[in-house]
Amino acid sequence: MKSNSRWSELKKSMSPTIAELKFTVKRIRESPLSIMGMAIIMFFAAIAILAPILAPPVNENPYIMPHDGWKRVPKPPSPKHIFGTTSGQYDVFYGCIWGTRTAFYVGFEVVGISLLIGIVIGSLSGYYGGIVDEIMMRFTDIIYAFPGLILAMALVVAFGRSLESVLLALVLVSWPTYTRVIRGEVLKVKQTDYVEVAKAIGCSDFRIITRHILPNAIYPVLIMASLNIGSVVLTAAALSFLGLGAGESFADWGQLISNSRDYIMGTAANPLAYWHTWLIPGLFIFMFVLGWNLLGDAFRDILDPTIRRR
Amino acid sequence: MGMKAYIVRRVLLFIPTLLGVTLLIFAILQFFTPEERASAYIRGTPKNPDVIYRVIEKYHLDAPLHIQYYFWITRVLSGDLGIAKSAGNIPVSVALLKGIPATFELVIFSIPSIIFLGIYLGIKSAVNRDKASDHIIRIFSIIGWSLPTFWSALILISIFYGGLGWVSAGRLSNEAYGVVTSPNFIRYTRINTIDGILNGQLWITIDALKHIVLPVINLTIISVALIVRVMRSSMLEELSKGYILTAKAKGLSNDVVINKHAKRNALIPVVTISGVLTAGLLTGVVITETVFNYKGIGYFAAHAALQMDIPSVLGFALFVGLVYSVANLIVDITYAYIDPRIRVE
Repeated sequence: MKSNSRWSELKKSMSPTIAELKFTVKRIRESPLSIMGMAIIMFFAAIAILAPILAPPVNENPYIMPHDGWKRVPKPPSPKHIFGTTSGQYDVFYGCIWGTRTAFYVGFEVVGISLLIGIVIGSLSGYYGGIVDEIMMRFTDIIYAFPGLILAMALVVAFGRSLESVLLALVLVSWPTYTRVIRGEVLKVKQTDYVEVAKAIGCSDFRIITRHILPNAIYPVLIMASLNIGSVVLTAAALSFLGLGAGESFADWGQLISNSRDYIMGTAANPLAYWHTWLIPGLFIFMFVLGWNLLGDAFRDILDPTIRRR
Repeated sequence: MGMKAYIVRRVLLFIPTLLGVTLLIFAILQFFTPEERASAYIRGTPKNPDVIYRVIEKYHLDAPLHIQYYFWITRVLSGDLGIAKSAGNIPVSVALLKGIPATFELVIFSIPSIIFLGIYLGIKSAVNRDKASDHIIRIFSIIGWSLPTFWSALILISIFYGGLGWVSAGRLSNEAYGVVTSPNFIRYTRINTIDGILNGQLWITIDALKHIVLPVINLTIISVALIVRVMRSSMLEELSKGYILTAKAKGLSNDVVINKHAKRNALIPVVTISGVLTAGLLTGVVITETVFNYKGIGYFAAHAALQMDIPSVLGFALFVGLVYSVANLIVDITYAYIDPRIRVE
């Protein structure tokens, strides 16, 4: 009996949340843009999962692209290489397929690690305040003083050219955003009565942060972070294009274009002679980022409380 | 808090930011050994190791960090950022100064087209919410937002320069370049469109304009979405407020309500976003200039990065950090000026 009444109490207290959630789902299903975005991401997920079947690996490390000779001049699409080859004879099709895995990997890893750093530092900063908070916020200010790609460029030059450097540089430029959002949310939740009560009954700080504050503060940043995957991949591609990527043989979309950088302008007689070296990998980057941004744009509208019901 | 007090406080806050920007660049420099850092001050490759050790000693490159920072910042303030090996062994500061007019020209032409197009499309989208034109504008702005800068630039180049043979990449055609670099032509500003007029050679201006159109379009495509998005949502918010209903109830026409009432208030958030727009442009020029072979500071930085030219890349980053910080300072003060609520906080 008792548990039953608690259940109904819980149900009652949760009903606005559930109603809002249902409304959100309804809006998502009504929004053609978010459906389109979701479909594009699913498509890329399928490519990433099926990569070993679509483009059977030749090397022990599947991310190292096979190459058919060493000639510098890229070759146009042929039955053997359906998307053609880049300078150095790397197969564009293989690179595009396995590059999908690289894109997901870069996106998830950069966003995941920056988010983790953001959650830890943001909640400590927001909860304890004082000098730690002050130092952390000034530190984020400094990172914010640079446009992300340009700071990342300087960092990769300092760390040395490699995929790890790109990942580290991207994490270093993106953690402040999550830290600030989490801190802001923690500051809000900290004021609530239930946190005061938890303090009064002697809960440890650790318990208060992990059990009472974070579950109520983390939601907006989780959505924001997951939708940033597109822009992370876009920045990583720009770094690769600038020649600061993983290296010539690594399956990565930006790297494929960078490999043929001396040829992308074509020849004097035919400026489009090597179109396949940049148009195809670029299309993969564009579609991938588009998928995340379509989803992100729809979500932003749906979750923005000031315009959601109009 | 009055306007004056706010400005003073904001300018004072600018000092730690400047210190932070220089400290971060200095920290990145510490990834390199004193020998590597010393070679940044030597033209070409030193033949003899003694040269490097002399530079280390002269510039205090192995001193304790705070002493090193002192000597480094003194040199930076006097304009010594090292030697740009990727730009023919000229000082980094000279290379930057040479590139600034070109980049400035590009940015100055891009900003109006981004802002006006963004505001126009944002309003149109908000007013026609959930109608066809709203969907079309949103899809186009999301497409622009998702385009890799270098990819859209390559597509534009292929169609207009390659396919249609419009002009060739670069800042000027060969004939115009010959004239501009000849001793008779005085480069007052190094901004070709202006110098053409000042020298009474209008065709130079037209030639420069022809070459700048595509890079401007490219920067507009990738940045306009930002303004559209902010303008749309702030316009939607304004349109739902009580005073709009009052204005409509008074019998004012839709045009007046939108342009005289809602638009003015909706523009305020666009000001805040101009800081982010600056960042987007500073990033955009690096790639756009590289693809269009347009020799500004972005082109310089991209080539330096390709050749791992440390002093050039870090000098560029420092410069951009300073420009961006000043831009943010200006944005904050403008915002406080037009929206008094900010000053009270």
